[in-house]
Amino acid sequence: MSNLQVSIYRYNPETDSAPYMQEFQVDTKGRDVMVLDVLHMMKEQDSALAFRRSCREGVCGSDGMNMNGKNGLACITPLSDVVKNNKLTLRPLPGLPVIRDMVVDMGLFYKQYERIQPYLKNDTPAPAIERLQSPEERDKLDGLYECILCACCSTACPSFWWNPEKFVGPAGLLQSYRFLADSRDTATSERLSDLEDPFSVFRCRGIMNCVAVCPKGLNPTRAIGKIREMLLAEAT
Amino acid sequence: MSNLRSLTFDAIIIGGGGSGLRAALELAKSGKKTAVLSKVFPTRSHTVSAQGGITCAIASDDPNDDWRWHMYDTVKGGDYIADQDAAEYMCSEGPKAVFELEHMGLPFSRLDNGRIYQRPFGGQSKNFGEGGQAARTCAAADRTGHALLHTLYQNNLKNDTVFLNEWYAVDLVKNASGDVVGCIAMCIETGEVVHVKSKATVLATGGAGRIYASTTNALINTGDGIGMAMRAGFPMQDMEMWQFHPTGIYGAGTLVTEGCRGEGGYLINKDGERFMERYAPNAKDLAGRDVVARSMVMEILEGRGCGDKGDHVFLKLDHLGEEVLGKRLPGIVELSKTFAHVDPAKDPIPVVPTCHYMMGGIPTNIHGQAITMDESGNDHIVNGLFACGEAACVSVHGANRLGGNSLLDLVVFGRAAGMFIEGALNEGIEYLDASESDVESAMQRITRWNESEGGESIPELKAELQEIMQSSFGVFREEKNMLDGVDKLAQLRERIANAYLPDKSNAFNTARVEALELDNLMEVAEATAIAALKRNESRGAHSRYDYPDRDDVNWLKHSLYFPLTKELKKRDVNFKPKTVDTFEPKVRTY
Amino acid sequence: MVTNITSFGRSGLSDWLMQRASAVIMALYTVFIVAFLLFNPNLDYYAWSGLFNQTWMRIFSLLAFIALAAHAWVGLWTVTTDYLKSTRLRVGAQSVIILGIFVYLVWGIQILWGA
Repeated sequence: MSNLQVSIYRYNPETDSAPYMQEFQVDTKGRDVMVLDVLHMMKEQDSALAFRRSCREGVCGSDGMNMNGKNGLACITPLSDVVKNNKLTLRPLPGLPVIRDMVVDMGLFYKQYERIQPYLKNDTPAPAIERLQSPEERDKLDGLYECILCACCSTACPSFWWNPEKFVGPAGLLQSYRFLADSRDTATSERLSDLEDPFSVFRCRGIMNCVAVCPKGLNPTRAIGKIREMLLAEAT
Repeated sequence: MSNLRSLTFDAIIIGGGGSGLRAALELAKSGKKTAVLSKVFPTRSHTVSAQGGITCAIASDDPNDDWRWHMYDTVKGGDYIADQDAAEYMCSEGPKAVFELEHMGLPFSRLDNGRIYQRPFGGQSKNFGEGGQAARTCAAADRTGHALLHTLYQNNLKNDTVFLNEWYAVDLVKNASGDVVGCIAMCIETGEVVHVKSKATVLATGGAGRIYASTTNALINTGDGIGMAMRAGFPMQDMEMWQFHPTGIYGAGTLVTEGCRGEGGYLINKDGERFMERYAPNAKDLAGRDVVARSMVMEILEGRGCGDKGDHVFLKLDHLGEEVLGKRLPGIVELSKTFAHVDPAKDPIPVVPTCHYMMGGIPTNIHGQAITMDESGNDHIVNGLFACGEAACVSVHGANRLGGNSLLDLVVFGRAAGMFIEGALNEGIEYLDASESDVESAMQRITRWNESEGGESIPELKAELQEIMQSSFGVFREEKNMLDGVDKLAQLRERIANAYLPDKSNAFNTARVEALELDNLMEVAEATAIAALKRNESRGAHSRYDYPDRDDVNWLKHSLYFPLTKELKKRDVNFKPKTVDTFEPKVRTY
Repeated sequence: MVTNITSFGRSGLSDWLMQRASAVIMALYTVFIVAFLLFNPNLDYYAWSGLFNQTWMRIFSLLAFIALAAHAWVGLWTVTTDYLKSTRLRVGAQSVIILGIFVYLVWGIQILWGA
């Protein structure tokens, strides 16, 4: 069994004038490890290699990256899912500025998340216990609240690439709908009026890259469709 | 030296997990100049991995539930070295804190009547152990930690909290009188090192499970706050008490929630026997975690383990059916498929006890104020230093934490610390400024790494440390092995002091962060080792072959480890709750 | 809310709705013309001009032209805002597009109702 050939994007702003691809040979001992394990093996060869990681079980969203052309989380992507012809190409998430190696500046992504006011708004006085919500009402939040903000979806979205300052992007819109769909939230009209411009929601062209790459199996395109329906219902 | 840029805050909170964000929220609402400094973006903190839920007597599943029953379970679960005033505070304030979370938007699962869904967890009882199994753990499917952390982060955004994300706190700065007046911190993105001045410094840095080779903990759980406090000379409490979670996925170490057993799953050995019926005839698989973990190791040692090597057992869930699994345990289904290549609806999950939680930490009172002890055994408050969450030892968990109590600990004591600091700031706090030499001594460590010119490699030393801890300070301990471990750790400390950081660059230098983390792992490991060696009894999670029994005559005490002298002292446990009668120590059975 | 002044309806929702409504009109018009051609295999000038001399056909055709104009404006405006990042270039392109659409629309009206 020959070593896995990994080609990885390198850029250190202090020493490199331009980014380049570096080749690594990694001995996985024939095991089907996760891509994150491969990154750790590479870091043992070169401690200067920079990438983010935390939970290593697919819930913190730190290690979103582009693996053989597809965005995903390195920690829950086994080699058998991505490696072709014993080759693995690793690049940072596309469309965001690179800080160093695999580490991107997530500022724009977070800004779009903050813009949709991702918190419950309820203008009625809080009761002494919890606000009641039926299991059916709560079911509407399934498939929405689980987002881990890994940015795999938004950085796979051409509309987000072209207009990252104006288009909220699939991740932000999924969260926007998470609050629109919450029976406890009373700011529906206010939220909708912030979204009716031609960019925030309507720049979604239904390409569905977001759905194809979401490591949590969520469906932002469907949520965007629901927001459109709500906007239409509100305005007509 | 004074060319360091300085940032000034009323309060700086180090750590962006559950307790840090809860404290920050309280302070942000009060309008104090507060910042959260976190080495990862807050929602990447380890709270996000908590699965099963937050245990609290909100009387939803059982309208007659009582926080005193929860307190009894907590004290018993902690094998009677939980401070009863603290457990009383946590259990009685808990419902308020949980309802607040719900009002902030936390998407709890629901009962048909619209109230929060509660599931049974280990060590829970009704009526002070007399009324059978309780269902007291409030859950958002099996993603409660994720839901909680995101909700807290969102509400901090709502309240305009200042975040220093991807900043790493290096060491505490003390003034001439020994008060903590801030810290040295590094912006990871640029490598800039600054002096953060603050009247209140809150260590909410979480646990340090990465001292073990096999752990459910995130890679970032390196005990940074513990290391900082120890280098500043402050003592650590009950560091020998490490919880091994019964169900870490065999091989990968990822957590499988106790909620699986709460929903009706159970453990089986290679003969398919539900062996917990033998070890805990009443609570069975829902006995305390320490009890279940030990029983599993006994099964394995006695040759009834599963697999080719007989080194794990199975968690059986298939009888629950796909619907329950899909609705109540969707995350577990995902994790098992990814990390164990098993569909729990069809086959059992291979599991093994795995390091999970540090019951010990920085001793604090219920306001989060750090405590130290003088020569004559009197407690003293450390001015300016606070701790909450896993980094703190209030102590509500004693020698063994109950499942679902960590999330409650985070929000109750994060909130309490925030409220207390707000009050203290309103009354006015004046400490001496740090002098240049004070700042310089806090800079020593990072300077040392930056000037290192050769020596051993950081990842290799880390792996060695983890192996020592795994083999000498695991589920079962005994003197000879531990002496050997303590010895090896002492040598390792010397080697780490001379280790080499090859990459000295500034921009997002993760190698430097890992070097600084290694120092902290070393501090935690040594405190754990020495405390474990000296506690000559078995209590809660600390089980010794050579001292198999609990020794209430000598050890109904907290241990207090003093890092500068490496001494282990004893500190009294609080047996004086304010509104209920003391729970006297009893033999602990499930 | 992202503000804009060059989009068709100044609102994403109205643009989106217009895009869909105009598409439906154009689809109906296309189906009608195709059906007309199929049912009149030996079509000559008189039949064709007879069709367009009827008022309802002129209204239907005008509706289709307007739909095409609106559809093109919304679509091309989107394309320019996606790909043309220089403001000068984008405003220039948008002006040319609007002018073109206007010219074609007036020309179309002239053909329908002229002479």
